[in-house]
Amino acid sequence: MLRERFTRNRLAVAGGVLVALLFIVALLAPVLAPYEPDYIDRYHVLEPPGRLHPLGTDDIGRDVLSRMLYGARVSLSVGFVAVGISTLIGMMMGAVAGYYGGIADRLIMRFVDVMLSIPSFFLILAVIAFVGPSIWNIMFIIGLTSWMGVARLVRAEFLSLKSREYILAARAVGASDTRIILRHMLPNSLAPVIVSAVLGVASAVLLESSLSFLGIGVQPPMPSWGNILTAGKANIEIAWWLSVFPGAAILVTVLSYNLLGEGLRDALDPRLWERR
Amino acid sequence: MFLYLGKRLAEILVTLVGITLLSFFIIHLAPGKPTDVLTDLNPKITPEARERLEKYYGLDKPIIVQYLLWVKRVVRLDFGDSFSTDRRPVWEKIRERLPVTVSINLLSMMLIFLVAVPVGITSATRRYSLYDKVTTVGVFIGFAMPAFWLGILLMMLFGVYLNWLPISGLRSMNYETLSAGGKVMDLAKHLVLPVFVSAFGGIAGISRYMRSSMLEVVRQDYIVTARAKGLPESKVIYRHALRNALLPIITLLGLSVPGLIGGSVIFEQIFSIPGMGRLFWMSVMQRDYPLIMGLLTIGAVLTLIGNMLADLCYAVADPRIRRR
Repeated sequence: MLRERFTRNRLAVAGGVLVALLFIVALLAPVLAPYEPDYIDRYHVLEPPGRLHPLGTDDIGRDVLSRMLYGARVSLSVGFVAVGISTLIGMMMGAVAGYYGGIADRLIMRFVDVMLSIPSFFLILAVIAFVGPSIWNIMFIIGLTSWMGVARLVRAEFLSLKSREYILAARAVGASDTRIILRHMLPNSLAPVIVSAVLGVASAVLLESSLSFLGIGVQPPMPSWGNILTAGKANIEIAWWLSVFPGAAILVTVLSYNLLGEGLRDALDPRLWERR
Repeated sequence: MFLYLGKRLAEILVTLVGITLLSFFIIHLAPGKPTDVLTDLNPKITPEARERLEKYYGLDKPIIVQYLLWVKRVVRLDFGDSFSTDRRPVWEKIRERLPVTVSINLLSMMLIFLVAVPVGITSATRRYSLYDKVTTVGVFIGFAMPAFWLGILLMMLFGVYLNWLPISGLRSMNYETLSAGGKVMDLAKHLVLPVFVSAFGGIAGISRYMRSSMLEVVRQDYIVTARAKGLPESKVIYRHALRNALLPIITLLGLSVPGLIGGSVIFEQIFSIPGMGRLFWMSVMQRDYPLIMGLLTIGAVLTLIGNMLADLCYAVADPRIRRR
């Protein structure tokens, strides 16, 4: 039992270290990259990994490693901003629904059900078709379509916190609703929100790469792991390196965030210590 | 049971109204008139077409009337005509693609169920064994695996290097010349990879839930009782525990419908399968707005049907609901 918990934590630590490493790599991209991400080596198009280009070149002669390093910036920032937006919306919705209850609660929760019953990938695609694809639009659209989980979590926390004595005490001394929500209730319901935010980054990274792969996410020439894979699919019969490396980068990134998130969940939730 | 189903049906109807509201809102998302966006981005559009469009959307009427008019058309499955060069009705285009997507999704749901449930049970009954640890690692990788990358890797392995399976479409060039059995085999060969790719994430997720649901159930008193009665362990697990542990999985399969339908965009695009997902992708690339809105609505309706079926199964499987 004890060893179990230890290995779980070790995995979480590994996830955290990998996430930190990714950030460092993304920040240092200009230093680490052997070439400019847009530099075209006309004499080495679709070249396999070698001395000159460690991870090969793409179909117009750009260095894959350099593009992947800059692509890390795209993935991480999309993940961060999208989750920031969705967490903010989710907390607001959940707080209002849980605190005020009644008609506001019913309206908001019904809206959550509606959002959850539309295939979110369809919804995202439809909105992109109207507003056009760009890195900023992707961030906002992913954020606007993935807040429902957080809303449910915060609402559930609020429902259980609402009748606690310290909340009643705060109300008794005349604290305003806003103050009770922001100062007393939100901070006490943050733990599950943090966990779901970390896991949310993982799915946002996955979503962004899928969209970019389909050609409706981050637009070339801006490099993203997803749009490198578009070239990989097009050259599937001759250039394995164009598919294998960026895909592995997505897998490792998502995996690290998931491990970190699961580890945090175990660490933050004492109820789970006994169970499982 | 009927009371329960009736209540769920009422909830679903309310959700349906919400979906139409949301879809309607998306149409009006773009600044200015929706037809401005359509016309500005489409150099081929004529003044007559512009006028027709504005009339089609009823832009001269108040917004509530516009919404009701739109709903009235949608109920009759009238989503207008596609903007693409063939100008065919949107519903006609969707209808011919619908069976492909629905059957692939049904197949992958079956695959998810058939693989995930046994895996979940066995890793729960052999908790902390090597097998359990291996599947746990598999589940984490399954969660993190981008479906399109998995598709590309499998295409590369089985299609390009081993040359065992075809990598695109649903039929070979010589399909018409094949015997009946040959046709089935040909279709099956084309379907293996897409079905596996679309089921992969679901297998990981559902087997995880099956495992924890099973672990939850075997702690219950009635399992202790069953064991105390001296029932063989296999009977305890497969008769008493399994039936109870499966209940949340039914709900979960229902909830996974939107993900599967949304995911069909990805695997249909990778494997060039002429289904709804690929149609959606093409309509987004071509900014074919009537088609996009039609597909969005139909996708949501499919999801609701999936949820309703899950509710029905739940009611059938759980006697406590049946009696209510």
